[in-house]
Amino acid sequence: MSAATATDWELVVGLEVHVELSTRTKMFCACPTDFGGAPNTRVCPVCLGQPGSLPVANRGAVESAIRLGLALGSEIAPTSQFHRKNYFYPDMPKNYQISQYDVPLCSGGVLEVPDGQGGSKRVGITRVHMEEDTGKSLHVGGSGRIHGADHSLVDYNRAGIPLLEIVSEPDLRSAEEARAYLAELRAIVLALGISDARLEEGAMRCDANVSVRPRGGEPGTRCEIKNLNSLRSLGRAIEHEAERQVALITAGEAVQQQTRHWDEDAGRTQLLRTKEATEDYRYFPDPDLVPLEPDQTWIDQLAADLPELPAATRTRLAELGVPAEAARTIVAAGLTPVLDAALGEGADPVEAANWLTNEVAGWAGERGLEPAEVPLAGADLAELIALVAEGTLSKKLAREVLEGTLAGEGSPRRVASDRGLEQISDTGALEAVVDQVIAEQPDAAQKVRDGNDKAIGALVGAVMKATQGKANPQLVNELLRSRLSG
Amino acid sequence: MTALHQLSAHELLARQDAAEVTAREIVDDHLARIAATDSDVGAFLRVTADQARAHADDIDRRRAAGEPVGALAGVPLALKDILATRGVPTTCASRMLEGYEPPYDATVVELLREADAVVVGKTNLDEFAMGSSCENSAFWPTRNPWDLSRVPGGSSGGSAAAVAAQHAPLGIGTDTGGSIRQPATLTGTVGVKPTYGRVSRFGLIAFASSLDQVGPFARSVPDAALLLSAIARPDPRDSTSIRKPLDDPQAQLDVGAAGLRVGVVREFMEGEGLDPQVREACQQAVDRLTDLGAEVVDVSLPHAPYGLPAYYLINPSEASSNLARYDGVRYGLRVDGPTTEAMMAATRDAGFGAEVKRRIMIGTFALSAGYFDAYYAQAQRVRTLIARDFEAAFASCDVLVGPTAPTTAFPLGDKTDDPLAMYLNDVYAVPASLAGTPALSLPVGTDAGGLPIGLQLMGPLLGEATLLRAARALEVDLGLDLTPRGAQAVGATG
Repeated sequence: MSAATATDWELVVGLEVHVELSTRTKMFCACPTDFGGAPNTRVCPVCLGQPGSLPVANRGAVESAIRLGLALGSEIAPTSQFHRKNYFYPDMPKNYQISQYDVPLCSGGVLEVPDGQGGSKRVGITRVHMEEDTGKSLHVGGSGRIHGADHSLVDYNRAGIPLLEIVSEPDLRSAEEARAYLAELRAIVLALGISDARLEEGAMRCDANVSVRPRGGEPGTRCEIKNLNSLRSLGRAIEHEAERQVALITAGEAVQQQTRHWDEDAGRTQLLRTKEATEDYRYFPDPDLVPLEPDQTWIDQLAADLPELPAATRTRLAELGVPAEAARTIVAAGLTPVLDAALGEGADPVEAANWLTNEVAGWAGERGLEPAEVPLAGADLAELIALVAEGTLSKKLAREVLEGTLAGEGSPRRVASDRGLEQISDTGALEAVVDQVIAEQPDAAQKVRDGNDKAIGALVGAVMKATQGKANPQLVNELLRSRLSG
Repeated sequence: MTALHQLSAHELLARQDAAEVTAREIVDDHLARIAATDSDVGAFLRVTADQARAHADDIDRRRAAGEPVGALAGVPLALKDILATRGVPTTCASRMLEGYEPPYDATVVELLREADAVVVGKTNLDEFAMGSSCENSAFWPTRNPWDLSRVPGGSSGGSAAAVAAQHAPLGIGTDTGGSIRQPATLTGTVGVKPTYGRVSRFGLIAFASSLDQVGPFARSVPDAALLLSAIARPDPRDSTSIRKPLDDPQAQLDVGAAGLRVGVVREFMEGEGLDPQVREACQQAVDRLTDLGAEVVDVSLPHAPYGLPAYYLINPSEASSNLARYDGVRYGLRVDGPTTEAMMAATRDAGFGAEVKRRIMIGTFALSAGYFDAYYAQAQRVRTLIARDFEAAFASCDVLVGPTAPTTAFPLGDKTDDPLAMYLNDVYAVPASLAGTPALSLPVGTDAGGLPIGLQLMGPLLGEATLLRAARALEVDLGLDLTPRGAQAVGATG
């Protein structure tokens, strides 16, 4: 089946990505946007839709939207408008969502998606528009879905958090491309610092429009897949959905336009609603909000102040000798600022990249953190690398020191000193240990004297053990050789 | 001797300044007047006597201590029950919000408190401000103080009736398509709809957001100007609020009408359905303006006749969305059902009255896919044309005039079975609403039955000061006594 898909059928995918902005306050009121908090504690008359309350647009959110638009090469509309999207749902306080409709803030644009072979693919951006998030429903009893629940509870803390919706053209041709697109968009969002873009917490959400067609043929009927909250889910869901559609067509049935829900545990999509049941949202301009008219000087200033974007960062890192894979990881994880700070302190680029991609990312992963959240200053990373280079720390001890630094114990030099982890590079201090080991292991010593070079390993090991790993292995080696060579 | 409740806001302020009377005495007198006569009128849904007395005492204490008091200190005020008052039930005269206590105060309410106006109660209205007679209140109809068998107009009928019945010298109403001006006409009061955006809508429970505007009722133009000055402030919580502050209307109030160019709107004066007595009274008022030195010309607002149909697409469309939030989930009425959707449907069925449901259905239809362009979008185009008509007229005129409403107060029940006849009450009021321009209604006479007749004066955007100046000149010249009288009037038997 999969083989047939690959040869006979072409996949056509477009993505709609929602990004929760990390502005200090909500889209239309002054409530804080922090994640978590006891239910219904980050609310006010405006985000609760109390009668008579009115929205006022958050300038910071508009700024974030414009910056993303600029990063994607979109056209920033001199005048755009908020519309009301009307539908009834308990987690929507006003039973309409303030969104944008026919005049979005940003139109058009391109995202260059790395293809993994050193090239890239241009994926068209249809639009970037602003809207407000809804609250969250908690269905109690039954399966935890609304149907069959005994009752439902609603938490409006999330209601009114600013969202950007980024709609792509249907330019993606494989699950892998879709994943790469989402990863690259996420890297751009992180580089701009407009969201923490966590997929798992829903700060970045993705819906996929999927259809199949005979290679080069007419476009097929598409289905929209919802609930894709990881890169893995996105890839699996697209593959599954393509297979489902191909199976339908090859069985002589038509694909129906549907909205489908991805069930990660079951590994399949399920029908949510058909096109006939699609709601009429009765969009109309929100009379409570004046049109958005960002002035050109502001836009120009934001454009001038855009940070280095992921593609440029990767190129720069490659020029510094950082391997492509490491560069991708660092950029995708939002670790570029830490790396740059370390480089500014004189760290070796390759070493710094290695530490970030291996140890730092690993440390974060074990704790369920985003790498970018790791509390590591670039200066500390540079210091750690310097301690290894000057022989004060072995690589192994350096890892322990890093743990201490990340645990808040202070700079690497301080941690090494406090924990007594400095490498012993003092010849005088090591000579006594070396002599003692030679005395305790006369057989091994003799083998070395006889020219069996491999035998030295056991002696080095014994010295390291006696010093709790703190001896400078290179120095130990030299001392042993000088003792046993004559 | 003149009772305190017969006095104007200006007189009440002057007497307090002269230490002839205290705020508490003023408030007690008005509360007594309400207690004596509001059972006949039904203007108040809730009388906030305790809060009013406490506020009055506080004002008196501050005056005695030489501390500052506000510009309306100790003046009783009737507040339409569509403005949010923290901890005080705010119902919009709907079962849906019966007992609902807002967690916050409307900006207008904050400003009134800052000015030390004493709110004596919250007044009746047509449910969610939808109506022209106050008969659409879910609780009871308010009656016209001039003739208790007749309506006071609507939707701000409660505030208009309270001011006319001397329950308070000042009232706050809201006007979406005539809801201040038409009841002002029917109750012989002065009612002002300011420029859209002049007064904050924050805390005004929305009916049709692009049209809703808060404004004053009073028994004289200077009192109306005084109240307008207190509430017309830029508000960062309302993004449609006008940033430019109001020119002090008091300063120009007594300049007179000489030199003003007054345009008489042909489409209004020649409108079919206009009561000849109303036309006659308006024409006489126009003649007085000529005598006062105004230059009176004939003007046309050619698209004005399309205003009413456009209005009755825009207002239900916006209302259908604004009223979606009343679903039983968060506040107000909840009627249980087996599912969330059933609960919402049952709540809305039980909570809304017939007129509200009618507008929600019309609006939902007008906004739906496939009809949007033919209805809502087309109505918005008409709105633009009407705004241009006004702009053109104001290129050569300072003020436009015409009747406010086609008839004087009609009997209760007269139009309740005929929504279209009811809607026609607003035919002359709606064009200024659609254009966003300021307008007011000034009493200029009575009909053969002794019922008041109002003249509508309309000004250009932000032109409140000129409008009030023209109205004041006419008011002084006419010198009408605006006390309800006659066998059917409030207090006639007392």
